[in-house]
Amino acid sequence: MKQLSVEHLLGIKYLKNTDIDLIFETADQFKEVINRPIKKVPSLRDITIANLFFENSTRTKLSFELAEKRLSADVINFSASQSSVKKGETLIDTVNNILAMKVDIVVMRHASVGAGVFLSKHVDAKIINAGDGTHEHPTQALLDSYSIREKLGRVKGKKILIVGDILHSRVALSNIFALQLQGAEVKVCGPTTLIPKYITSLGVTVETNLKKALEWCDVANVLRVQHERMDIKYFPSTREYTQLFGINQEILEGLNKKIVIMHPGPINRGVEITSDVADSNSSIILNQVENGVAVRMAVIYLLAQQIKRETL
Amino acid sequence: MSKKTLLNAKDIEIILHRLACQLIENHNDFSNTVLIGLQPRGSFLAKRLLSLLKNEYQIKEIQLGSLDITFYRDDFRRREIPLEANKTEIDFLVEDKKVVFIDDVLFSGRSVRAALTAIQSYGRPKNVELLVLIDRRFSRDLPIQPNYRGRQVDAINEEKVLVTWKETHKKDAVYIEIT
Repeated sequence: MKQLSVEHLLGIKYLKNTDIDLIFETADQFKEVINRPIKKVPSLRDITIANLFFENSTRTKLSFELAEKRLSADVINFSASQSSVKKGETLIDTVNNILAMKVDIVVMRHASVGAGVFLSKHVDAKIINAGDGTHEHPTQALLDSYSIREKLGRVKGKKILIVGDILHSRVALSNIFALQLQGAEVKVCGPTTLIPKYITSLGVTVETNLKKALEWCDVANVLRVQHERMDIKYFPSTREYTQLFGINQEILEGLNKKIVIMHPGPINRGVEITSDVADSNSSIILNQVENGVAVRMAVIYLLAQQIKRETL
Repeated sequence: MSKKTLLNAKDIEIILHRLACQLIENHNDFSNTVLIGLQPRGSFLAKRLLSLLKNEYQIKEIQLGSLDITFYRDDFRRREIPLEANKTEIDFLVEDKKVVFIDDVLFSGRSVRAALTAIQSYGRPKNVELLVLIDRRFSRDLPIQPNYRGRQVDAINEEKVLVTWKETHKKDAVYIEIT
């Protein structure tokens, strides 16, 4: 029988291809569940999950919370802005205090790279990484691949383009790992200043001409420019960025094929993508959001399965 | 490990005809009845019954669904072997319908208990009945009994009742396996 080969979901790079298959097969069942009149199953009614968001998040937090509630888990939420972190408490202390309240799973977003890995070595709970700095965002990559699989039948052999701010994007890195694990080809496109120097060592190709890159791909995953992570100026102006790397209807119509458009959100309409493209029928942006709940339910369910029940 | 044949293909065919007739007796034209096969193994029996009712007994419209109960089980995290979820296919509401659960073997009754909870996600049925091919006596953990049974079997705990279907194992048969 199948189960995950990992004890925590810290990043895609720790997963095997079979883990991704298992998560997707389980997510298929949960997708059916969340489309029922009553969208809830009682599986995790004796599991408590803490959502620790040390960094801002809207959709990931909501998506996780909804996934947890649809599995009947008890949920506690925590945002760093309202916490003792501001008073100087360490991460381990904060988390151990929360675990003292008998929490089984921790979903954590943190600005520091490797925060999830660090925590998994020091506390006794299942850890799900909901984004650690510019490193990984495994559930986003899983839901992206799941959406591609749903739209195109499979991920293997497909050509996927990631456009935008690759340097600051944890979504890009997790996506590269996930797509390659499933046998897809990955190309990145963006201003050279926003493409990490050694990215080709991961086996991806680089293209700085957006038109050529779009011509090559089956799917374009468009990323936002993360101004909040930029300490210096990486390109002259937003207007210039839009002119060179913004995706609009005109450029898509100029291609000799139809491609699928994805975006992990939040969208800066009119910057990296125009409204007509984001809302067109080649865009699967809202499917990604729906699939996010099903995929997160699958991840939580499969990790919870490993928690041994305490017997009296 | 020894294996004894309990029912052969001919026995099963006769039993299926009897069960189909019993269903017709209680549900007439099935206009307000839905058949639900419990995944994974009950679905084969349900499909077989459906084709009998349609082809041999000329009942035109019968709604059939299959229900997976993995997420509703009461032994989540208690088992050594993790459970694998199956597909649920119910594209109708069961609100105010007569529901017939169909499964191959009734043992502890816990699957049926889970199915009773699961079906509520699709509405409030008018009533729920249970049809099983094999009813294992003396093994129930819960107060659950079938309304329609193919054959009642007295099997002790070490014995395993195994149902095979033409569709998956090339042969319709019921065996008792002693380990």
